[in-house]
Amino acid sequence: MSDRTNSKPETGAFFARDRAWHPPAFSPGYKTSVLRSPQRALLSLDGTVSEITGPVFGHSILNDLDNDLIHNFAKPGESAIGERIIVHGRVLDERGRPVPGVLLEFWQANAGGRYRHKKETYLAAIDPNFGGCGRAITDDEGRYAFRTIRPGAYPWPNGVNDWRPAHIHFSVFGHGFAQRLITQMYFEGDPMIWKCPIVGTIPDKQAIEQLIAPLDWGNTIPMDARAYKFDIVLRGRRSTLFENRLEGN
Amino acid sequence: MVQELGYLKETPSQTAGPYVHIGLTPNYSEIGGIYETDLGSSMVNDKTLGERITVTGKVLDGAGAPVKDAVLEIWQADSAGLYNSPSELRGTADPNFTGWGRCPTNSADGVFRFETIKPGRVPFKDGRKMAPHITFWIVARGINIGLHTRMYFPEEAAANAEDPLLARIEHRDRVATLVGVKAGSTYTFDIHLQGDKETVFLDI
Repeated sequence: MSDRTNSKPETGAFFARDRAWHPPAFSPGYKTSVLRSPQRALLSLDGTVSEITGPVFGHSILNDLDNDLIHNFAKPGESAIGERIIVHGRVLDERGRPVPGVLLEFWQANAGGRYRHKKETYLAAIDPNFGGCGRAITDDEGRYAFRTIRPGAYPWPNGVNDWRPAHIHFSVFGHGFAQRLITQMYFEGDPMIWKCPIVGTIPDKQAIEQLIAPLDWGNTIPMDARAYKFDIVLRGRRSTLFENRLEGN
Repeated sequence: MVQELGYLKETPSQTAGPYVHIGLTPNYSEIGGIYETDLGSSMVNDKTLGERITVTGKVLDGAGAPVKDAVLEIWQADSAGLYNSPSELRGTADPNFTGWGRCPTNSADGVFRFETIKPGRVPFKDGRKMAPHITFWIVARGINIGLHTRMYFPEEAAANAEDPLLARIEHRDRVATLVGVKAGSTYTFDIHLQGDKETVFLDI
């Protein structure tokens, strides 16, 4: 393991993104995408230094409670209301290698499905002790963890009776800006997953299942919090073995 | 049987949703006391080298309406053309310049604004120099996978004319969608998600 942390940073270009695996821009079942989706083809560009590089954040940006959503907005001695859970996992690349030192940011509704946001008008109550955001940086093995309460489902104005499944939003940096990713984590066994138009923007059932975190009984803490495990895969990098020879220029 | 390749699949993208600000810019979202400042709200300090510029604009949907719930991130080289990244092997970038910024579009008028510096030129894969540019990444409700694009500089006509990426845009009238409009030290870069003025987006 030490050879990896001591080795030079990898600087190969990234594997091309499989855009048939990701949701397409235009997915009319999710109504807002209709006017917010480009209609022209994307211009393809094999990674240059502008895409291969990316910002990296040090642990100095983190406060002690940044990965504890139960307490990071709560009054002293109090805590957020709801089912206490731990969400943890690893950030890997497509080659299965851990991606150390990358920033993850999380945000979510409270136990009743209510977001702390001025544009949110759902009648479920705000929890005075729950803000709904947190962050963590992966360790040398690509691991991250945070503690929170399980978010509730909530209704949204898309179809007449559309409800989001319980979910946690994830924002992930890699080592290159081309790896930048935002996604959502869902919970094992939630029947709402298969009714959701946003989940349904993803064409492949296997790709959807990649977003469903299983209950992790082994890491559940007795008398405290259940655990869910959510691994995240970022784009892999090509080997640089044959990328240093510049010919014909 | 042939060997299996054994690669994993990338985690699929999902929209950032309308409440993306809770996670990425909580102080802007009036969730105070968790983070000191919103990450990416400041790219420069008093010692940053280079020409100070402001980059501002709107994100517009297919009906021409400003998108007021987007979050934009930019990534760019310093004034010498070096990126502040461990993956930068050509030299050490200006330590007083982050190279990365994050800004929501304003919920009232849909305007974003970055205070930054004009980037230097960086090489294309074959060693030719690209024209100065800033990489943009846009997420919002209704955008299922983050959109990448670039802003180029209008006063760099000669460099833009030899830029390898701009050269690959088949419909030449679309090149202008990647060039900001300059007024003093301010560049306005409106991003059209869809329609006649649709911005060129990149699969990078």
